[in-house]
Amino acid sequence: MKRRDFIQLSSMGLGAMMGASIPVLGSVVPLEQMLDPKADAAMKKKMADIALNAAKAKGATYTDVRIGRYLQQYLFTRETKVQNIVNAESYGVGIRVIANGTWGFAATSDVSTDGIAKCAETAVAIAKANAKIQTEPVVLAPQKGVGEVAWKTPIQKNAFEIPVQQKIDLLMKVNGEAMKNGAGFVTSNLFFVNEQKYFASTDGSYIDQDIHRIWPTFTVTAVDKQAGKFKSRDAISSPMGMGYEYLDGLASEKIAGPNGLVGYRNSYDMVEDAIMAAKQAKEKVTAKSVIPGKYDLVLDPNHLGLTIHESVGHPLELDRVLGYEANYAGTSFATLDKWKTKSFNYGSKLVNIVADKTQPHTLGTVGYDDEGVPCKEWDLIKDGILVNYQAIRDQVNILGENESHGCCYADNWNSVQFQRMPNVSLRPGKEKLNVQDMIKGVDKGIYIIGRGSYSIDQQRYNFQFGGQLFYEIKNGEIVGMLDDVAYQSNTQEFWNSCAQICDKDDYRTFGSFFDGKGQPSQVSAVSHGSATTRFNGVNVINTGRKIG
Amino acid sequence: MAILTKEEAKKIIDKVLAFSKADEMSVSLTGSRTGNIRYARNSVSTSGESYDLALAVTAVYGKRSGTSTINEFDDKSLEKTVRRAEEIAKLAPENPEYMPMLGPHTFVESNTFAQSTANIDPDYRAKVAFDSIDPCKKKNLTAAGYLEDTTEFVAMGNSKGLFAYNKSTSVDFSVTVRSADGTGSGYVARDFNDSSKLNAKVSTEIAMQKAMASVSAKALEPGKYTVILEPTAALDLIQNMMRSIDARSADEGRSFMSKKGGGTRLGEKLLDERVNIYSDPTNPDAPNAGFSMDGRPQEKTTWIENGVFKNLAYTRYWAQKQGVKAVPPPGRFIMQGGRQSLEELIKSTEKGILVTRFWYIRAVDPQTLLYTGLTRDGTFYIENGKIKYPVKNFRFNESPIIMLNNLEAMGVPTRVRGNMIPPLKIRDFTFTSLSDAV
Repeated sequence: MKRRDFIQLSSMGLGAMMGASIPVLGSVVPLEQMLDPKADAAMKKKMADIALNAAKAKGATYTDVRIGRYLQQYLFTRETKVQNIVNAESYGVGIRVIANGTWGFAATSDVSTDGIAKCAETAVAIAKANAKIQTEPVVLAPQKGVGEVAWKTPIQKNAFEIPVQQKIDLLMKVNGEAMKNGAGFVTSNLFFVNEQKYFASTDGSYIDQDIHRIWPTFTVTAVDKQAGKFKSRDAISSPMGMGYEYLDGLASEKIAGPNGLVGYRNSYDMVEDAIMAAKQAKEKVTAKSVIPGKYDLVLDPNHLGLTIHESVGHPLELDRVLGYEANYAGTSFATLDKWKTKSFNYGSKLVNIVADKTQPHTLGTVGYDDEGVPCKEWDLIKDGILVNYQAIRDQVNILGENESHGCCYADNWNSVQFQRMPNVSLRPGKEKLNVQDMIKGVDKGIYIIGRGSYSIDQQRYNFQFGGQLFYEIKNGEIVGMLDDVAYQSNTQEFWNSCAQICDKDDYRTFGSFFDGKGQPSQVSAVSHGSATTRFNGVNVINTGRKIG
Repeated sequence: MAILTKEEAKKIIDKVLAFSKADEMSVSLTGSRTGNIRYARNSVSTSGESYDLALAVTAVYGKRSGTSTINEFDDKSLEKTVRRAEEIAKLAPENPEYMPMLGPHTFVESNTFAQSTANIDPDYRAKVAFDSIDPCKKKNLTAAGYLEDTTEFVAMGNSKGLFAYNKSTSVDFSVTVRSADGTGSGYVARDFNDSSKLNAKVSTEIAMQKAMASVSAKALEPGKYTVILEPTAALDLIQNMMRSIDARSADEGRSFMSKKGGGTRLGEKLLDERVNIYSDPTNPDAPNAGFSMDGRPQEKTTWIENGVFKNLAYTRYWAQKQGVKAVPPPGRFIMQGGRQSLEELIKSTEKGILVTRFWYIRAVDPQTLLYTGLTRDGTFYIENGKIKYPVKNFRFNESPIIMLNNLEAMGVPTRVRGNMIPPLKIRDFTFTSLSDAV
């Protein structure tokens, strides 16, 4: 494999859900090595200064250095077996410079004085080589140095300090309960990430950060061999910017939904969800196949988060809008001329979408981004109108702003930082409203829960989403489960059909743990908050087929 | 230092194995040099180079295994790594599906290395970017592209005497060219082991042509159409099918290969009889290492013959349990084609759609291998054997199984992402909606 390894998962497990493989960004290491800090802040400052000085001596006009230690612990199980436990660590230095108005980047795992200095020199040499064919010199928004500061994800339990056996016991219980309740197969996984990042720049910032993320998930499958049918139900957990406390399953963080369904806010009961999943997977095998047509959709936050991600988060990335991602992720329909009119109706008046890297417990929240900018919150869509984008230091001048939005990120020390999506969330409704009451108002609709199949075009107009659970709504009541459901729409049309949003008591975050972008591809983790939301008259197709 | 010879790698691996006190031990040693250049808006955006060399040791006691890695290569460090792996193994849970390590084997040699690629430097990369950007600028077009070159080796050995080594190079180039007003877009991608086969300028011209020809696309009603899938588009769907041929899922009743009532559909004719897919690590156009990372040899394997599935991919554990040969999944695959060129396929088409590439393909239903996705960067309407006009992009919902039953014709295979795949002419391909994206 190039640059990094991937754990290929079978098409039946998590792989089907993600449509991809799980990246492992470092080398496999024993656990005790992960708990042993490599260097303290004073040591890292010394290392950073070597890079800053070496780059300057070679002619760099700006330099930033990231000394990164990236820890990952992934556990994979199926039924009664532990399939794999991966403890990975990646440690090294990434140096980014501007020389002759052009970016240059180099990275090394050789963190000796000589290794760092040489790496800085390589970065400057690459910048100078590329300057010859550069036509757009870098314009960097000012950023006042913040001095020596530190930030840490406010976790209660460091997942890396929890014994592996405790984690295996949990997954075995999850699997066992799922099998007891009718599952034919179950795979379950725990993902833990800790980024220990030290950032320094010629602006005078020395920022030490300790960032934690967690994602518990599973896939339960029910098989009817006689009928030749199988159906799966994935966990409705969310990846979070939290420690192991997310798995406490606190009753106070549960939201009671219709039909005995449960939503999880900032605490997740994995065993309870697995029991429900097993029963629901069985129910899916015999669920009624949907009749295609227009339906009012009631979308649970654990489902809507992905629709927000794809149809609002990505199209409002300024690098896409400008064409920097044209060869891979694509461009965007939300062009600057539409934004400049100050009247582009992205959605109905109810639609208020905010970007932030500050919401507690979320994946995007850090103290400072990967170019040393303090994190904040800003509006993207206000009362349905497009008002802003997501931008970093070398882009905000295009928006007439002189302060970066603080959403620059690199997934590893050896990856160059670039614009990545902050948390992008739909503000809850102001009127008191819960899901049960929302459903009462729907004559012909479908209530959709969980993340399913997802696909959207390269300019983010046309999308198709599936889900985990589909319930038919008739005359204000849930009448049963549906199958073979996917909805297709156009982004602007869809958000303009937004008719009702539940209140803040229903607000929860959904997350994407391995969001891919860039060449070479990098992952990032991002949350999307929302309350249950109703969209009127959306086109639903039937995805059932017969082969052979 | 990053690219070791076979002898250098074996010396290190043997030294590590000599430290072992475990029941079984395996060692893998990998090294790479990867460089890239990325450009957009007719200007270079990022560029970099990185080196990596790493050693991983897996120690086994009974059915317990532990792995430890290191990137220092003095004797003391190597021994420490072995002891660590052994300690972890002793503490690990038993894996009931653990299979004993394989003994020595003579693996087929494949020609995966080219010196020209290993010689690539920052100046070469900048020249590729220039060769791609410059003609676009002259025609008032905008290029966004990416070049990545890799030189790497992988070596593995174990306490049962197995040793394998492969050195390889690859170069991957792609560019998207857009018209200045953003109403036209074209794409091309090329990949080789040997970079001397890459001509960025000539390749970019294809994307330029498509960008200019796709301006002012007309909207056609979604529905079932005859399509000609260029190899880049065809590969996406065929590769998804080839990644779903896991025997265990089929045996467990949760695969498109599962049979109603139990068992698998191995040996059944599920596709048009002209469909033949095999893998062969020695294929000169799509060479691949002669071994998989669990030490099994990669041999020439027929996966689909005359539309009949002949093999499924097994883990060693599942093969033993089922009492069959443990055929590893293919590294790369070759789909046999016909003799017609893409132009001839177009010429023989009364009415149809030419598809350059697909985008954002995701599984919708694993039961039927139904996928959704969209066309992108060059979609054209064909009438009476000629490209008539560009059309707006479509969303499709289609299964490669259904698609390969609706096969009309195949062209000459070309290499796409390491595999060989022909352009495919398919009838009744299902487009379900229109997209405004360019």
